[in-house]
Amino acid sequence: MTLSDPKQLSAGVWDVVIAGGGNAALCAAIEAAEAGAKVLILEGAPKAYRGGNSRHTRNFRCMHHGDLGPLVETYDEDEFWQDLLRVTKGKTDEGLARHAIRTSADCLPWMQAHGVRFQPSLAGTLSLDRTNAFFLGGGKALVNAYYLTAEDLGVTVAYEAQVKHVGIEGNRATHIDVEFGGALHRVQGRAFVLASGGFQSDIEWLARAWGPSARNFLIRGTPYNRGVVLKDMLDQGAETVGDPTQCHAVAIDGRAPKFDGGIVTRLDCVPFSIVVNKNAARFYDEGEDVWPKRYAIWGRLVAAQPDQVGYSIIDSRSIDLFMPSVYPPISADTIDELAQKLGLPAEALAETVATFNAACRPGDFHPQKLDGVATKGLVPPKTNWARSISEPPYYAYSLRPGVTFTYLGLKVDQTARATGPEGRYDNIWSAGEMMAGSILGQGYLAGFGMTIGTVFGRIAGQEAAKHVA
Amino acid sequence: MSLDVTLQTDPGAISTDPVEEARRQIEICNACRYCEGFCSVFPAITREKVFADGDITQLANLCHNCRGCYYACQYTAPHEFALNLPRALASARTDSWERFAWPGGLARTFQARGEALAAALVIGTALMFAAIAGLPGGGAGFYAWLSHGAMVAIFLPAFFLPLVAIAIGLRRYWQEVGGTRITWADLRDAGLAAGRMKNLSGGQGQGCNFEKEERFSDARRHVHQAVMYGFLLCFASTSAGTLLHYLFDMQAPYGFWSLPKLLGVPGGLLLVVGCAGMLMLRKKADPELGTPGRSSGERGFIWLLGFVGLSGLLLYAVRGTGLTGPLLALHLGGVLAFFLLTPYSKMAHGFYRFTALVRDAQDRRARGNV
Ligand SMILES: Cc1cc2nc3c(=O)[nH]c(=O)nc-3n(C[C@H](O)[C@H](O)[C@H](O)COP(=O)(O)OP(=O)(O)OC[C@H]3O[C@@H](n4cnc5c(N)ncnc54)[C@H](O)[C@@H]3O)c2cc1C
Ligand code: SF4
Ligand code: SF4
Repeated sequence: MTLSDPKQLSAGVWDVVIAGGGNAALCAAIEAAEAGAKVLILEGAPKAYRGGNSRHTRNFRCMHHGDLGPLVETYDEDEFWQDLLRVTKGKTDEGLARHAIRTSADCLPWMQAHGVRFQPSLAGTLSLDRTNAFFLGGGKALVNAYYLTAEDLGVTVAYEAQVKHVGIEGNRATHIDVEFGGALHRVQGRAFVLASGGFQSDIEWLARAWGPSARNFLIRGTPYNRGVVLKDMLDQGAETVGDPTQCHAVAIDGRAPKFDGGIVTRLDCVPFSIVVNKNAARFYDEGEDVWPKRYAIWGRLVAAQPDQVGYSIIDSRSIDLFMPSVYPPISADTIDELAQKLGLPAEALAETVATFNAACRPGDFHPQKLDGVATKGLVPPKTNWARSISEPPYYAYSLRPGVTFTYLGLKVDQTARATGPEGRYDNIWSAGEMMAGSILGQGYLAGFGMTIGTVFGRIAGQEAAKHVA
Repeated sequence: MSLDVTLQTDPGAISTDPVEEARRQIEICNACRYCEGFCSVFPAITREKVFADGDITQLANLCHNCRGCYYACQYTAPHEFALNLPRALASARTDSWERFAWPGGLARTFQARGEALAAALVIGTALMFAAIAGLPGGGAGFYAWLSHGAMVAIFLPAFFLPLVAIAIGLRRYWQEVGGTRITWADLRDAGLAAGRMKNLSGGQGQGCNFEKEERFSDARRHVHQAVMYGFLLCFASTSAGTLLHYLFDMQAPYGFWSLPKLLGVPGGLLLVVGCAGMLMLRKKADPELGTPGRSSGERGFIWLLGFVGLSGLLLYAVRGTGLTGPLLALHLGGVLAFFLLTPYSKMAHGFYRFTALVRDAQDRRARGNV
């Protein structure tokens, strides 16, 4: 049921109050409601934007032995764990991580039973059909399915309900202060689940943490994850994990909207291009590895350039080698004209292109694999797909860092319970992005965000319901 | 290996031109692909990187307005990309029917305006009253009111002329979408898809999102099946009557256990129930997801079709009474209006849809992913 009368918020004491309305919050709400609890979801976004970053997702990573739903073959605990260890370079909590990995296998059937539908791996993502299960219709369809299930279970949802403060006495939370309909309301509850995401959409906080250049970053997901609840918990001495200064950023099309551009702003042309900064200078090996393995480091690389912008330049021979960006390329018949259209120093760009071209060596160019076609004597080198930029028309795309999420989060145990200055809280649980830093201390494993949200969201809901039973 | 990137549009540049706007949205979908499993439109999108006008027309005619992709989309308004693919494709689709219709201009009127359809019905009925009054009857049953010869004289051209017009429209369609020689396999694939209304199943049999927003429902698929099979049964009934008449020299009226009645009575019932159901679902569905400015014409068409079914049933019910004459005029008037308007009303969609499915089967086969 959707709550419209603010009086209902403070009319009685709710069993379980949930801050946030994304995947983790919904999994918690459904579990708690199924255990018989009276549940309230406080979603800060309006209904049209409900579901946070979860509405932008496309798949989740899942352990399995043998075919399961859309997943083929086997993806076992050890392989999953090794994959995680590699991307986080050891910055993870093995106990929690293995718990998430093991539980992920039960999640898929649970998700199906609660309305989520899966589809075969999307065109162009065949390499993921063993590890990642794709949602039919994507994350928003998943979020819709969960809201309908929650509604059928009697969960109450308040939209545009911004949580401002968690009232805590000793180790016990007593209430939540929420802004709803233009006024502040006190919502009393017996158990609380905090699942309101990271702080990446608070640009000022991002700038304080990362440095002023963060003001030029684009945020790939929801503008509503501003870390208000996280900040409030930090101020009250809750224990945290994850590097407070870091965020996960990938290189996306520089013309993307400031917020909520989502998946379509991705740009796949870098390996077949040269990338220059605003001074028309190259700064990194564009052909180091296949793009899916490199798009994350390019977020940081571009972030380190002046004005946090890069330009990826190709010639006509490469335009058909990658999925086109949703933005049309900037095209020109000469490098000079291209420089003008991009606002780059023309001489410098001509020089960079000429130097690059001169360093290219004949070889067997092969777009689908690491072809070893490398430059000679160039700094920085281009170690694969180094083919000259010489056949007009020339095309360019601008690049900017696009932030996916921040790493700082609440520290939780295997029951998703958060910890305060005096030890574990009695009745505060956290799930999803808000505690993911415990497991993903660095790097990212595609599809693992939704796994963490589903696993710990469900646990938080079960534990909260047990607490109030 | 070059790609005509000049076809690409700016994702933020919302257009009022139906084809341009559909192209903008389709390009966004092609970069996203989350809806791939809903219907045939998305796999067809992913086979291209840029979209010429003919591609847009083909994609638009593949879409069944099930609306799954709207409710699943993270880019719907108020997002600045303002995705509403069901509406964008509906606009491009209706635009294509109106462009292809021959003679031009007629389609616009009847696609848009229910009053125009109503007027056609009145005129058709008046003509039939005049025919019954002015021409001699000859035979038993309703032939006592209007002879078989007179009926044939009126309905033979009323049936074949629209078919010629439709054929011209489909030819134009086929040229625009770049269709090639049609094989039996293409027709078989298209027939299978249309017969089950596969594309209204949501991809996994959960149904569509026509009238219940995010919730899936099979209601539209079922009422649409009722209309389609009801119509086909009625058509088969008339054809059976014609065959009996000419080949077996058996004249109407036929008893209940005859082929025309065994096909026609259930057909009429299905048609009436289906049309009523369709009108009810349309009341609940969000008009913002359909073709802008065409809902009056679409509703008018459903009423006309339902009227044909209902008057046919009533004609059978009042057999042997004095009401046969007036009901015969009403029924035949409806049939006449319906036949003549086939190329210019929503009825045309069945032909284009089927042709789009044939083209889709062809395209899939040509690219080796059947
Ligand atoms: C473009 C993009 C694509 C992604 N794709 C994938 C993918 O395919 N697979 C994957 O596993 N992960 C993906 N991720 C990461 C994934 O989105 C997150 O890991 C996951 O959604 C986190 O779920 P959550 O419920 O914790 O947070 P969210 O879904 O972000 O939910 C947070 C909720 O809290 C609400 N909120 C915030 N502040 C307040 C407040 N003060 N009061 C009340 N409510 C508040 C928000 O409105 C929102 O509803 C992607 C991320 C992005 C940006
Ligand atoms: S309708 Fe929306 S979610 Fe679906 S493919 Fe298109 S852009 Fe993606
Ligand atoms: S409305 Fe339905 S049939 Fe049309 S494109 Fe969307 S999902 Fe496909």
